[in-house]
Amino acid sequence: MSAASDVIIVGGGLMGSSAALFLRGHGLSVTLLETDLIGRQASGTNFGNVRRQGRPIHQLPLANRAIDIWRRSRELLGADVEYLQSGHIRVCYRERPELVGSMEDYADKARAEGLDLELLSGNALRDKFPFFGADVLAGSYSATDGHANPRLAAPAFARAAERLGAVIHEHTKIVDAQKIGEDFVVSAADGRTFRAPILLVTAGAWGNALSSQFGEPVPIVPRGPNMSVTEPVPYAILPAVGVMTPVEEETVYFRQVARGNIVLGGSTRGPSFPDQYRAYVEPQNTVSQLKHIRRLAPALGKLNIIRVWSGIEGYLPDSQPVMGPSATTSGLYYAFGFSGSGFQIGPGVGETMAEIIAKGATDIPIAPYTIGRFAKG
Amino acid sequence: MAEPRIIIVGAGPAGTRAAEACVQAGIRPIVLDEGRRDGGQIYRRQPDNFTRPYTKLYGTEAPRAQALHETFDGLNDRIDYCPETLVWNIADGHVRTATRTMESALPFDALLLCTGATDRLMPVKGWQFAGSYSLGGAQVALKSQAVSIGHKVVFMGSGPLLYLVASQYVQAGADVVAVLDTAPYSARIKALPDLLAVPSVLWNGVALTLALKRAGVMVRNSVKPLEILGDAADGVSGIRFRVGDGAEQMIACDAVAMGHHLRPETQLADLARCKFAFDPVTRQWLPERDGDGRSSIAGVYLAGDGAKILGARSAEASGRLTALAALGDLGLPVDKGEMASLRGDVGTYAKFARGLATAFPWPAEQAGALPDEAILCRCEGVTAGDLRAVMRETGAKEANRAKAFSRVGMGRCQGRYCGLAAAELIAAQAGIPVERVGRLRGQAPVKPINISIGDTDA
Amino acid sequence: MSRFVRLGETDRPGLTLHVDGAPVAALEGDTLMVALLSQGATLRQSEFGPEKRAGFCLMGACQDCWVWTESGDRLRACSTLAAPGQRILTSQPEATWPNHA
Repeated sequence: MSAASDVIIVGGGLMGSSAALFLRGHGLSVTLLETDLIGRQASGTNFGNVRRQGRPIHQLPLANRAIDIWRRSRELLGADVEYLQSGHIRVCYRERPELVGSMEDYADKARAEGLDLELLSGNALRDKFPFFGADVLAGSYSATDGHANPRLAAPAFARAAERLGAVIHEHTKIVDAQKIGEDFVVSAADGRTFRAPILLVTAGAWGNALSSQFGEPVPIVPRGPNMSVTEPVPYAILPAVGVMTPVEEETVYFRQVARGNIVLGGSTRGPSFPDQYRAYVEPQNTVSQLKHIRRLAPALGKLNIIRVWSGIEGYLPDSQPVMGPSATTSGLYYAFGFSGSGFQIGPGVGETMAEIIAKGATDIPIAPYTIGRFAKG
Repeated sequence: MAEPRIIIVGAGPAGTRAAEACVQAGIRPIVLDEGRRDGGQIYRRQPDNFTRPYTKLYGTEAPRAQALHETFDGLNDRIDYCPETLVWNIADGHVRTATRTMESALPFDALLLCTGATDRLMPVKGWQFAGSYSLGGAQVALKSQAVSIGHKVVFMGSGPLLYLVASQYVQAGADVVAVLDTAPYSARIKALPDLLAVPSVLWNGVALTLALKRAGVMVRNSVKPLEILGDAADGVSGIRFRVGDGAEQMIACDAVAMGHHLRPETQLADLARCKFAFDPVTRQWLPERDGDGRSSIAGVYLAGDGAKILGARSAEASGRLTALAALGDLGLPVDKGEMASLRGDVGTYAKFARGLATAFPWPAEQAGALPDEAILCRCEGVTAGDLRAVMRETGAKEANRAKAFSRVGMGRCQGRYCGLAAAELIAAQAGIPVERVGRLRGQAPVKPINISIGDTDA
Repeated sequence: MSRFVRLGETDRPGLTLHVDGAPVAALEGDTLMVALLSQGATLRQSEFGPEKRAGFCLMGACQDCWVWTESGDRLRACSTLAAPGQRILTSQPEATWPNHA
């Protein structure tokens, strides 16, 4: 006899955990199923940028929704996920002056969506952010962006959902999902089954395994974020910092946490192995990352790094997620494949999916994320 | 056929004998070591301009130490020896090395990890104060720098090293106030059959204890450490303890050397993706290896205390045996009879090691008994109470999960000194066997590396 | 008051380094840790607690003995030799941003 609820969520990352919390807010009963432990994969290993700047313009309403949740997260979750609204700046290098035009262009469009960005260059940039290297030409500064602690976020959402009555099963790997009559029946590797009229798939890099069972495979590719962290040093860098460039190796970023460690991310991403739930940082990628960090902020060259890590993120070819209802099966919904950019919008995704499921519609634009865009023929 | 590329990590007893075996087989191995000199820890060499003779430095082990050092010195022009070189990661058949100025990737056909061990620590309230040292650290201070760690030293913990270092300090003229052994004396009797596997080492231990008592050093067994007293500015000022269920006692001191035997440095084996298994005798996770030192990864071999604590004598046999296994696996001729004999040697020490674990047990129960205000993770300043609170709040009861939420083990030392005690505390709090807590997953770099590493403009 | 006590091997050539701006006499062959702790009692301030630290393992494992040079480099005191001309700081220098404009 299967356990029954209004909604089954498969995938206990930030999307699934926040959806569980907001679905409880709508009065729906929720069972959240997670293969390992809540928030351990992409949600727990990413850089921790809580930024709206740089997202596609069509994603800004979703990002705005999310930022409201981040700002009240301590009260909402009863836990501190170390959210700091200390700004975000992305810069370009001297050899790509055309990117300044792109930044200005983006800033104009973003303003219309409520995101105010400040373009800085020359002395104005250096006075405000003296740590930049000589090759940095200009930057776009977003005062109301910031960062948070990914290790803490999804678990905090899940605990809050649980306190409101969501049922969460960790160590529960779903190996089969079918619609039988009006209900979805999902089966775990150990034989347990769960039943609900609504199924939400938030399984990250493993999302395709489930969407395929409903005739809608997606070309998702697993990749490993390239992450390092320094020893603790006196707090001196407020914003999260990133580089705007078309070259993957150059896309490094860093943020300093309140305790003083500086988290470094980016440059070449590594392989990850969803079947083994492991991802390893290729040492060459660490070396390349450090080289590009030195170019971006030379004074960081004095610091030691004490640890590197990676994780398993799911990437789709257009770097946009699958989000919204199934194109083949009623009652089925998706939110996965966030292509390394899901952290900031995560709580907004959860709230939006809950709204779609509970009310049937949302004002947040999600048409670009339809799974139907991958249908053949 | 090109000469096989053999890399040996560690120039202590195991690495030295492994290098010797390779050279004898006509191979020129690369020997990488973090230290300035070869010798490892127990046979650590003093700086060139020091004058103490071997007998003064190594006591009864002087002949072995001298033989080992002379062997390594004799190999020098037949190996590629790279001191002050850290192996910080392993991937794709390469070791990644870091010196003060350079980062390199060195390919290997066979990798012999001879990474040795550190002390195994059980935190005591106050162990974060300046003047707290590991037993091994106290020994390094004397052996390689001719200093005592303090004006009045207390030695506390369990294991043969406790009595050895204390008596070395006494002989060198340091003021040793007390030796506080957390093991009951009866445990040594119980372990006698296994300890007799290596009678000469057993005799050393008995003689050391007698010598300490004759020198007027207070020696106590069944000690329960309560607190290292001190203050933030000046450090250690004393130690509070009980003997058995007796009354609380306090001794004034300015240095405490602590430890409960050793734990292997297995981080590189972990990064090489070797399989690990829980060893119930020592309550530690150890990399799996066969009787010859082969790990679960083809081409990666594990020898000496870096794989399992069997002591320096066993490490020499293990280093040679493992090198012969690697050479044989690479298709070179090896003496199977000698390998069988070396296997027997290593087996003898394994029996002795079991005796040591019985005679000088790891006081696992002290972790659960740590007061909430005791610092558990020295690097991050996290208390036992902090970890307990995180466990209550989040339900975390697995080592990496608890680390992610509490920061225990997240500091510079990567849990070398708090990890085992933290696992015991988690097990006690969650009411589960310590094996179920798991082990901290290794993360590169195994020691801190500089962001400027490999910067050719620097 | 010094923390470490020399028990012998004192017949070695001397050298001078600077620690927090003041000259410190050491002997050739001393590690930086021994040089500092033969004159003073501590090496650095704990980042997350009120207490000073003075190293722990002396074998490059605990990472508790890192000190700084006046130019911002980091040295692990137990595994670095004391050398003439070293200018050591026992507290972390504040971040400085040389002008890269």
